[in-house]
Parts: sequence; structure tokens; C-alpha cells
Amino acid sequence: MSFKKIAGAIAVAGALVATGAVPGQAATLDDVKAAGTLKCGINTGLPGFAYTDDAGNWTGFDVAYCRALAAGVLGDANAISFVNLTGKTRFPALASGEIDVLSRNTTWTYSRDVDLGFTFIGVSYYDGQGFIGRTALGISSATELDGASVCIQTGTTTELNLADFFRVNGITYEPVPIETNAEARAAYEAERCDVYTTDASGLAATKTTFDDPSAHMVFPEIVSKEPLGPLVRQGDDQWADIARWTLNALITAEELGVTQANVAEMAAAAGDHPEINRMLGTEGSLGEMLGLDADWAARAIAAEGNYAEIFDRYIGPDSPLGLGRGLNALYTDGGILYSPPFR
Amino acid sequence: MTERAPPGGGGFDISRAWTDERARGVIFQILIVLGVAGLAAFIVMNTITNLREAGLSSGYGFLFDTANFDINQRLLDYASTSTYGQAFVVGALNTVLVAVMGIIAATVIGFVAGVLRLSNNFLVSRIVVVWVEFTRNVPVLLQIIFWWLIMLALPRVKDSISIGDAAFLNNRGIFLPSPIFEDGSAIVLAMILVGVVATILVGRWARKRQEETGRTFPVGWVGLGLIVGIPVIVYFAIGQPLDFDLPEKKRFNLKGGFNITPELIALWLALSTYTGAFISEIVRGGILSVSKGQTEASGALGLRRGLTMRKIILPQALRVIIPPMTSQYLNLTKNSSLAVAIGYQDIVSIGDTILNQSGQALEVISLYMAFYLVLSLLTSAFMNWYNKRIALVER
Ligand SMILES: N[C@@H](CCC(=O)N[C@@H](CS)C(=O)NCC(=O)O)C(=O)O
Repeated sequence: MSFKKIAGAIAVAGALVATGAVPGQAATLDDVKAAGTLKCGINTGLPGFAYTDDAGNWTGFDVAYCRALAAGVLGDANAISFVNLTGKTRFPALASGEIDVLSRNTTWTYSRDVDLGFTFIGVSYYDGQGFIGRTALGISSATELDGASVCIQTGTTTELNLADFFRVNGITYEPVPIETNAEARAAYEAERCDVYTTDASGLAATKTTFDDPSAHMVFPEIVSKEPLGPLVRQGDDQWADIARWTLNALITAEELGVTQANVAEMAAAAGDHPEINRMLGTEGSLGEMLGLDADWAARAIAAEGNYAEIFDRYIGPDSPLGLGRGLNALYTDGGILYSPPFR
Repeated sequence: MTERAPPGGGGFDISRAWTDERARGVIFQILIVLGVAGLAAFIVMNTITNLREAGLSSGYGFLFDTANFDINQRLLDYASTSTYGQAFVVGALNTVLVAVMGIIAATVIGFVAGVLRLSNNFLVSRIVVVWVEFTRNVPVLLQIIFWWLIMLALPRVKDSISIGDAAFLNNRGIFLPSPIFEDGSAIVLAMILVGVVATILVGRWARKRQEETGRTFPVGWVGLGLIVGIPVIVYFAIGQPLDFDLPEKKRFNLKGGFNITPELIALWLALSTYTGAFISEIVRGGILSVSKGQTEASGALGLRRGLTMRKIILPQALRVIIPPMTSQYLNLTKNSSLAVAIGYQDIVSIGDTILNQSGQALEVISLYMAFYLVLSLLTSAFMNWYNKRIALVER
């Protein structure tokens, strides 16, 4: 909503004009430890990625990353205060220090990384932008959309790709700009727009909320690269490293067969796999180098399991979203998920 | 009590400055100005340093970068290849558009409701009371969303309500034929202008004659003939140099003609009814401030009720009504920034997108502030001018 966004923007402005250091310069790790909670920016609500369970707790693919991070840093996967952010409010919120980390389907782009002053710590989901429309429209490709009304979330890469896609294909459209995924869905269901466009993962998530999902189809075109991942403020390398290696730990855990079920046992004593030993802190001093203790990665993995477990639980083939691993399979399984070594 | 500097005694004496009231005043003012200027300089310097340390660029150069996003509601030519600066202008005009439309409608609604509330008809006045209380007390944001949902509940494109296949209404807005001007249409437009000027002159002459002789003149009918009648005759005489681009049903949408988006309509309805409810109370207060004796006197002169209202009561009530109207108009203009909630692309909606894509938070916010400040000052200036014009002229 507008006041929230403006408040966010004013908060950045405020932080920039106020005396004292820039938020990014501060030692975020110390702040988080002092506060005892991790401030994590997530969606306003998107099935699979960030949604509330029956008990009212936030869960989902993006949320799981925050839980792993909180578990690693604070030793408690629940020591998190979640901040729900729209496409527009997310960046001011991160820049102003309202959140410590942003885990909200955010595409890693050059200008966000370089110009906006953020540091992307990796890719948690390789995605691309697609379109969803009613099967009753009788079209099979997004290139047939000349003259259509298209719902989009403002402040997203989606908005920019859309303009490019229609211009390149020489067709016209009416953009219908919307703030949140929920509002976009409402407008789409009321047929204010003919198609809704966003990240393909988001389309799959949104489709699960339709009354009759089979009356809608996702068009085959994927019009962009959307590498989604968590990000932090630029300028605090230690914090960026912690965030980066937490994600890497989840991926490496899948690769090495460390799971939520066996991590405690594996972390109890050194085994015969040196990289597992180093990662789980039974050998060497990797945790100390990060400014954390030896067990941080073991706790991060114990929070919600390794990458595969998190993926399957929230968005995988057996979840309501039913997304395949595709590009997001490990490099050893034909995907491009590849973590640098723990060494 | 206070010592004054010795009169004519060689001017200013430093040693006595502190005890001199006037000199002390000047010294304090200088200190305050220096203090404020110092604080401002400190804030600016500190901001610049912090921005630089955060590695963020500052300045307004980004306004010349390509915007790369599209805008559905625009009064100017704009495409995704235009610049951020142009996008800002489109957004600013959209704000002005809905503000002007809203102010006009709110004023009309406010006057009608204000007068009706004082009606002798119990039912009418009760209905207005209920409406006013309801509208004034529900947050305007909810009303905006309410009207938007109403618009979305209109028929879909394929079931559009159409008037003679020329104008359409559906949940994507109102579609009207747009005029295409051909050779000679300038003559017709010129005739309309001439008609307007002539009507004003006739009106002046008629008023003067009525003041002198008491005889009335049907200015309305003559004006209609001058502004509409003659141009229509000319239009047919020179071979109908005007064509219309009709909206046409295409695969997804109506194409062609002139489209008013449901977001604009919803925002306009919400703002004008909300502010209209407040204005109706101001109007009611204004009318009640005119003493009852005036109505009775005008009745005694044989004037009908409608004429009494128009010629006797309202002109006097206006002096009470106009000053508080200014703040209602300013409120309406500022409330229009709630447009983001439903995706009407006003200056804040577009500015926020720019802020988000370019990261220039301070600059964008400063542009908002400058824009609303200028708009508010212009509105106030206009209202002050109008207030002076209608103020009681003592004879
Ligand atoms: N990846 C894109 C789009 C991100 C985005 O806004 N995605 C939508 C749909 S997948 C979303 O998460 N909406 C949830 C919400 O409205 O909070 C970006 O980073 O700009």
C-alpha cells in the first residue's frame, strides 16, 4: 500500500540524511546477534514460496532460507521477524536497514547488484518469465497477444521484460499495473486483463489458487532469464559471506547426502568424508572464519533440511505447485546448481 | 520598561545592543537564520557523504535514462523507449487530470447535497444525512477499492454494454469515439470559439440592460444557438469535415476510439463523492449563515424559491463557503496519491516504479514534494483570487 512504500522510501532517505554510518557499513552480524532476531524480508504471500500455514506461521521455499540463516547465526530457526514486502517496497526496506536479508523471488540483475547497492549472494531458483491465460482465449503462444490487456506487478523485472517482449515482437498491449500478486490475481480473475505475466514459478503458484486451474494455461514462451536469490546490503562482506555460504551449505548438503534426518548424527563426530567434516565443523575451523561457531552449517541444514528437501516440500513435483527440478537440479543431475567447495 | 537607543544619538551602540529590544530581535533572527542554514548544510553534506559511502549515485541525471516500462493511461505520447523524465510528466498530468475532474465533480456533488440536505422534504434530507455521514466516515482508501471492485464487476469485453455500437462500457472502462479532424474542421472550431466570446458579450449586455431597465433577456437560449447552433450549420455547410474513430471489438479488447480506464473512473468517483460529502457540509453551513430574514424578504418580493436560492442566498453564502473549500480541494489532490492501490498511474505510482527501477529514492521523493507543493500553491493562489473577487464589495 502506498503509505507503506512511501514510508519505506522516506526511511531510506532518513537513513541517508541522519547522522552516523550508512546501514550497509555496520556489522550486520553484531546487530542481528544483539537483537536476537533476524529481520527477513519476504513476499506478501505466494503459495509455495512464502505463505502462512494453518498455525499462522510463515513457511515456504523463500522462508526456509531465512530459517536456515537464523538457525546458523542465532541457533534458533524461529528467531525471525518477517517483513512482508511488495515488488516496490522490498529495495527501500533492505537499503534502509529495515531488514537484514531479502528472500523474495528477487531477480539478480546488473543494475540491482551494481547501481542499487546490493549484494546478491547466489541463486536459489533459476527461473524465467512466462504468461498465463484462459484456455478459452484459443491461443497457443504469447506472440498472438496483439491488443491484449496484461496484468503485471509493478517494480519488477517483469514490467521491463514485458515492454521489451511486445516491442521486439511488434505487437501492442495495455499494461494493467498491480501492486501484489493477490491483487493481480483478483484483476485477472475478473478478466480486467487477458493474461497475467510473472516468473514461471510464480505462475505455477498462482495457478494453484484459481477455482478451476485447468481452465488456464501457461504459454510455452519463457521471455527472460530470472535467476532468483537472496540479497543483502552491499558493504558488509562478512554478512554477505554468511548469507552466501548458508545457501551453499544447503546445496552442498544435497550433493553430499546430508539431510535433516542424518545431520545431527553426522555432525556429532568426524566421519570419513573430509568435506562433510569441514562443513559440519568436525574438522578444521570454517565456522570461526565466518565469525560463527563450528556447528553453524549443521544447524542451518537441520532447520528445514538440504536444498532438495526444501524444494520437494514446498514447490517440488509432489507439492501443489508441481514444479520439476529442471535447471535447478544439481550439476551432477543435469541441472546447473553448483556450489563452490567447502575448503 | 525597555531602554531605547538614544534618539538621534549617533546611531547604533554595540555595548547597549543587548538591552535594546529591537537590536536584540535582529540578533536573534540572525542567529536563527544561521542555525537553520547550518543545519540544512549539515544535512545536505551528510547525505552526500553517506550516499557516496554507500556507493549510490545521486543527482537528477537519471531522468534522461530510458524508462523501459509502459503506461496505460497517458495524455502525452509515451512509449517504453521514452525517458524517466517523460514518464514523470505523464504521471504528473494524470494526477492533475484526476484532481481537476475530482474537484469539479466534488463541487457539484457538494452543492447539490448541501442544498438538498436543507430541503423541507424529510425523506430527501434524511437520505442526504445518511449518505454524508457514511461517506465522510469510511476511509477513502476503502472507497477507492470499493469503486474499483464495482468497475471490475461490470460486464466483460465480449458482453460490453454498447450505445449504438459507438460507445461501450465494460470492466476495462469506457470506450468512446474519438474525433478525427479533417480539412476545414478548424473553421468549425473557430465558430465555436466565436460563439463562446459572443455569448459572454451578450451576457454582459443583458445584465447591464436588466440593471437599467429590469427587462430580462434569454441569454441561455441565445448562447446555445451561438455556441452549438451556428457551428453545426457551418459544419454541414462545408461538408462535414469531421470523422470519428469508433472503438471496434477485436480479439481481446476494443480497439480504437478513446478509452477511459476503470481505474481512473473508480478513483474519480471515490475522490469526488468523499470530498463532495465534506463540501456539502460546508455548503450547508454557508447557507445557514445567511439570515432567514433574507429568504423572507425575497419571498415578500415575490421571488420563487429557486431564484431566491440562486440569486440571494448562494451569493452571500459563497463568502463563507469558499475559504474552507480550498483545503478540501487540496485534500482531494493529495488523496489522489492513493491511486497506487488500484493501479491508476498517477505521479506517485509512476514515481515509485521509477524509484524502484533506478534506486534514486531521495531524488524521486524530492520531485513528489516539489510537485505537490507547486500544485497546492497554485490551487491556493487561484482560490484566494476567487475569494477576493466574490468578497463583499462595500459601496
Ligand atoms: N523476479 C521478479 C519478480 C518478482 C515478483 O514480484 N514476483 C511475484 C510473483 S512470482 C511475487 O513474488 N509476488 C508476491 C507478492 O505480491 O508479494 C523481480 O525480482 O522483479
